[in-house]
Amino acid sequence: MKKIEAIIKPFKLNEVKEALNELDIRGMTVTEVKGFGRQKGHTEIYRGSEYTIDFLPKLKIETVLPDAQVEAAIEAIINAAKTGKIGDGKVFISTVDDARRIRTGEQGDSAV
Amino acid sequence: MTTSARIGCRLLSVCWLLVLIIGLGNTAVAAAQLEPAPTTNSVAPINSGDNAWLLASTALVLMMTAPGLVLFYGGLVRSKNVLSTMMHSLILMAVISTLWMVFGYSVAFGSGNAFFGNPLTHLFLKGVGGTPNPAYAATVPAESFMLFQMMFAIITPALISGAVAERVRFKAYLLFIVLWTTVVYLPLCHMMWGQGGLFNWAIGGKIPVLDFAGGTVVHISSGVSALVFALVIGKRSGFPREPMMPHNVVLSLIGAGLLWVGWFGFNAGSALNAGALATSAFAATHFSAAAAALSWTCAEWYLKGKPSVLGAASGMVAGLATITPASGFVSVPAAFGIGLVAGVVCYLAVTKLKAAFGYDDSLDVFGVHGVGSTVGMLMLGFLASAEVNPLIGTTFQKNGVVVSLAGGMHQFWNQLAGVGATVALAAIATFLILKLVDASVGLRVDQEDESAGLDLSQHGERAYNE
Repeated sequence: MKKIEAIIKPFKLNEVKEALNELDIRGMTVTEVKGFGRQKGHTEIYRGSEYTIDFLPKLKIETVLPDAQVEAAIEAIINAAKTGKIGDGKVFISTVDDARRIRTGEQGDSAV
Repeated sequence: MTTSARIGCRLLSVCWLLVLIIGLGNTAVAAAQLEPAPTTNSVAPINSGDNAWLLASTALVLMMTAPGLVLFYGGLVRSKNVLSTMMHSLILMAVISTLWMVFGYSVAFGSGNAFFGNPLTHLFLKGVGGTPNPAYAATVPAESFMLFQMMFAIITPALISGAVAERVRFKAYLLFIVLWTTVVYLPLCHMMWGQGGLFNWAIGGKIPVLDFAGGTVVHISSGVSALVFALVIGKRSGFPREPMMPHNVVLSLIGAGLLWVGWFGFNAGSALNAGALATSAFAATHFSAAAAALSWTCAEWYLKGKPSVLGAASGMVAGLATITPASGFVSVPAAFGIGLVAGVVCYLAVTKLKAAFGYDDSLDVFGVHGVGSTVGMLMLGFLASAEVNPLIGTTFQKNGVVVSLAGGMHQFWNQLAGVGATVALAAIATFLILKLVDASVGLRVDQEDESAGLDLSQHGERAYNE
């Protein structure tokens, strides 16, 4: 079982969600986050006072999947979120020990 | 706060209560001693059109304070200080109205010397009723004139609050505005507009300074005092290192729009009648605001690469503040020219001047109102036209001879004298008042309260919960 955390450009959310739906992946958690990587921030000017905004708004998508689905999901996310410009984001994959569904008590792959 | 300061505050409130009680008592006595009304009642020559316009203008000018300035300033601060910033304007509608009723109107417009009126003449608005005062406005009730002028007294200290937003102690602010209005605003108002005032060109002054709607009385006085206040109280902690961005530019834009509309009451209402002069002041006001919005935007676009929306709104306000003294004296093309200059000069003042000297005039009161209106006052010296306002060709008498005040070098010097006196009075008096207030209650909130925000630390509230 793996967890995929994808940091993407906010306007790409719908495309990523649809790409995952096509793989029959129906569950995910989305959080509004701010951060920066290689992409620099931008400058805002209010009455001549310039402010450099380092932390740019991004979305973090989290989803936990059985091992068999992981590679296809990563590929789908990358294809959907890609614009080719700097700041497209990153995908992190990590191992998850276990999962439980609260309503039924199901365990492991059947819980995610 | 020290115990002595606390006692001082209590004493001050007790004094206010006493003044109120004595005043009310006097009114009762005066009512009891009223003589029977004369049987042949002469009809006061009130022009209902003039009165209707003046009352509408009065309401428009109040709208400039709230919600105009409340929104304009409220949007420009950080979200933890929005309520306190709004309160700085809002509370004046209560405090200055009280002061105006008790003695303010009398000091500004009562009979007196060249510098201030007698506070007893119209104490508690005694004798200010339905009968016009022909020296000021012959065709409307004196009470209408009193109300109209009160709205100017309310908005002027509200402008100052922008320079010290996000760090001033509320108690200190209240004490400051009561003292400032008494020592700076009321005398200045009397000098420019009161009968026999030193600079009154129309009724009995010595030096004829043209100020149609408050370039000196409202904008230069508040702008200069704002600068002194910002210097004395010091920068916001973290300025200019930390970003201090406006938390809601949308609020500021709504406020700026309301200011533009309200300014028609401010300037065209200052004609004090509903005739051609009101229309010409209305037109000058409008075209100056348009020109300044245009020139500020172009200047910013050219120098910074992008035309910001807040810049366009700031340009509008700069154009309005700049045309204020000139509005009843100049033609439309002259007003447009004044506006063009205002947009560029004020833009440079809030960007280059502020950066060069490093003061934290948080919402640019000096750069927009002080600098703008000074430009307006001085350009007016050259551009004042007796064709627009025939009175300036016929009213002022020097050694028994009528002198024209229309534009030229002679009038420029008069204007400069008016500006100089305003700057000197505002700067010196503000400095002394601030020293007094600082010693009694402390001007500034402490570091912890400042970082928590004034909404929470001064008022126990937050603007946005959720």
